[in-house]
Amino acid sequence: MVSQWRDALNNVKSVPRAHPTADAAASEPAGLDFARSRRDSLRRKFVERSVHAVLFLCALISVLTTTGIVITLLGETIQFFGEVPIVDFLTGTRWTPLFASKSFGVLPLVNGTIVVALVAIVVAVPIGLLTAIFLSEFAPARLRSMVKPVLEVLAGIPTVVYGYFALQFVTPILRDIFPQTQIFNVASAGIVMGFMILPMMASISEDALRAVPRDLREGAFALGATRFEVVSRVVVPGALSGILAAVILSISRAIGETMIVAIAAGLQPQMGFDLLRSMETMTAYIVQVSLGDTPQGGIEFRTIFAVGTLLFVMTLVMNLLSDLLVRRYREAYE
Amino acid sequence: MINLRIDAQPADAVATPSENGQTDAILMTRSLNFWYGSAYVLENVNCDVRPREVTAIIGPSGCGKSTFLRCFNRMNELIPTARLEGSVVFRNRDIYDRAVDPVEVRRQVGMVFQKPNPFPKSIYENVAYGPRVNGYKGDMDEIVETSLKRAALWDEVKDDLKKSGLALSGGQQQRLCIARALAVQPDVLLMDEPCSALDPIATTRIEDLIRELREQLTIIIVTHNMQQAARISDRTAFFTVAESGAGVLVEVNDTQKLFTTPTDPRTEAYITGRFG
Amino acid sequence: MSAQADAVPAANVWRPSQARRRWSGWLFYGLAVVSTLMGLVMLGALLFDIFTDGVREVDWHFLSNYPSRIADNAGLRSALLGSLWMLAFTAIIAFPLGVGAAIYLEEYAPDNWLTRFIQLNIANLAGVPSIVYGLLGLGLFVRWLELGRVVLAGSMTMALLILPLIIVASREAIRAVPDSLREGSYALGATRWQMVRQTVLPSAAGGILTGTILALARAIGETAPLITIGALTYVAFDPNGPLDIFTVLPIQIFNWVSLPQKEFHSLAAGGIVVLLVVLLTANSLAVYLRYRMQRRLQ
Repeated sequence: MVSQWRDALNNVKSVPRAHPTADAAASEPAGLDFARSRRDSLRRKFVERSVHAVLFLCALISVLTTTGIVITLLGETIQFFGEVPIVDFLTGTRWTPLFASKSFGVLPLVNGTIVVALVAIVVAVPIGLLTAIFLSEFAPARLRSMVKPVLEVLAGIPTVVYGYFALQFVTPILRDIFPQTQIFNVASAGIVMGFMILPMMASISEDALRAVPRDLREGAFALGATRFEVVSRVVVPGALSGILAAVILSISRAIGETMIVAIAAGLQPQMGFDLLRSMETMTAYIVQVSLGDTPQGGIEFRTIFAVGTLLFVMTLVMNLLSDLLVRRYREAYE
Repeated sequence: MINLRIDAQPADAVATPSENGQTDAILMTRSLNFWYGSAYVLENVNCDVRPREVTAIIGPSGCGKSTFLRCFNRMNELIPTARLEGSVVFRNRDIYDRAVDPVEVRRQVGMVFQKPNPFPKSIYENVAYGPRVNGYKGDMDEIVETSLKRAALWDEVKDDLKKSGLALSGGQQQRLCIARALAVQPDVLLMDEPCSALDPIATTRIEDLIRELREQLTIIIVTHNMQQAARISDRTAFFTVAESGAGVLVEVNDTQKLFTTPTDPRTEAYITGRFG
Repeated sequence: MSAQADAVPAANVWRPSQARRRWSGWLFYGLAVVSTLMGLVMLGALLFDIFTDGVREVDWHFLSNYPSRIADNAGLRSALLGSLWMLAFTAIIAFPLGVGAAIYLEEYAPDNWLTRFIQLNIANLAGVPSIVYGLLGLGLFVRWLELGRVVLAGSMTMALLILPLIIVASREAIRAVPDSLREGSYALGATRWQMVRQTVLPSAAGGILTGTILALARAIGETAPLITIGALTYVAFDPNGPLDIFTVLPIQIFNWVSLPQKEFHSLAAGGIVVLLVVLLTANSLAVYLRYRMQRRLQ
């Protein structure tokens, strides 16, 4: 029954084999001179524990940063609300903290922020989404690998450069077309900001589009759908939560953007939707106060922390929301 | 990260010394049970490994051979959900005892993996790695040369020790990994299917090497190849999958006896090819 | 082909709709192409506009002079030096902290609520507007630590700002190191830290460096947080250390853009050319490192 093993086993037997005896033990190659003392062992454990602790502290910095942001903002903001009722701040439509007749209604700044962000979104969302569709559904791999890095360059350009471009290039064009356009205006800042956030919009949407499983697409193609029909009726609806996340993140980025608006949108807090006029955003106001000679410690200076808190809360809510949406589409397809 | 629950008994309670005051096994497991998360992998394994012998572990795939091997140098606990009960006794000491440092265990119980995994460093640095991390202060050139000689690789690489370990052929890489393991002078060498990624000629060289090395140290080798087990091992342990889904040790015996006169019908079925 | 189609009467029923479907498909394709081109065209317009405005301003005189009220005499010297000082200290602070955090999260962190909380924090910090970091720096470093409006306060603020970028890039690089190397190292009796330092970090170094350079490039271009902590817009002396007051390149550019006179706008364009060249160099370095790393892994 086991004749098949004979050869292999005989092979083993033919190898001369010294049995483990005391002699063999003596001829053992002398063990290495490793530092094996108890002290070394303790020292090694100490090093391991210290490294572990130090690395943990590095990771904890992120929590401390968030805590620092909250404490810094809230500390000043609470003092601010000690002097200005929170309801006045959130519902007032006149923002003149730097004037003799002070008024602390933040709505004009919020209005400016939202109007600029809307212009940016109107530019970034359709162009970004169509770019994402082109890259994920139409472009051959080679073209895609060439276009994507170039678009990333747009995301890497400092915002102060976009500010210059808005003021020196886009605004003159707008003034040629609409002569009533003010030098500082919402439209030019918003349009340029749209191109700044375009790469992010395109890249997150593309991830969402590519996450739609192949077999869904193939199923639709098999039914005789054209590429356009597959994209518009299968892929985009399938990627909707991801695309929505990209839109929300784009809005959040637009709201937090500072230099473009500080340079090109002007410093006049006002309500309304006239895109060709100057408006001040929350971020531009913070820059205005930081640059001026407003004495620190006064109520005027404290306004930037109150405005900063509002900005932080708005972007935080949007970031968390988009995070939630991204997680949802990942769960759906992965 | 290491949340391995250790439910070990004191070593002296399980290690049964023989009459002359020495245990004749260098390694033994007692009531060893093992889980990955909720998956039951090893069920009540009691196995003795004798010093200076080659012990082969064979069995159908999924019987927990590799997991069993990794219990001997506490490599399993690198996987977060791993859980072990019972004891693994090495030189009369339970290596899962709370006081035992797994780093110390791994210094004395070396390991060679299924796929050669040289570090992306020079051949010299690959071999010197172990002595370095263990605080060796002596003549490093000598230890590199000795280790490469013991792994039968010296003649092929002595002229370019500065070359990357990744530039070697698969068989040479595996011998480099053996040299790397030998450089820390382990008492036991664990080998997890060391030839499965190699061609027949490279396999023969590794097998020759294993036969030479058993003069100096204890080798435990997992293999999916019964011919190989028969060719190179002194003793063979046969594992199979129990009804619980976990791996169990069916029998362990001298290789000759296990292959010629197996005591368990399951072993007989396996080695005659009726199963597995 | 067409003869065959004619032979099947049912095909006729579908033909008008087919044409419309094809037409709308092409229209859509055209829109997608045009959109993709728009981003590229905008980038081209921006670079062209800035280089035509600014490139003739850039010469040695421009790089070595202090800013001035007279446009012809004005230069970037103090802003360049300020950017360098700020960048150096940002790197010194952010690099070890970021890599340390990445190592902790990839190699040490247990899977528990605290780890998840840390990760949530990092993800959210990446989305906090940069000007909010400026307010943090103002409250924490300038006022509470009483550092004043100095290089170090700017560097610490900037370090916190780019920390999430370094952590994310480093984690990716560390994750790409194969587990077989970790096992090989442990099996030789290495401790966790020995394993990390001698096996994981050398293999991940290329990716970590690339990520760090890209993060530092971001710090070079950031303006808003430094304005908030009070970096000056007009500095006519060399900053000589971490405790000197300072300005940086983008703030100098901002300052020139904000002035009404046209000559200063050209100076701003010149400053932007210098800034873009610096960023291009940093990015090329990162791309080169990534390429070398990929080649080494093969």
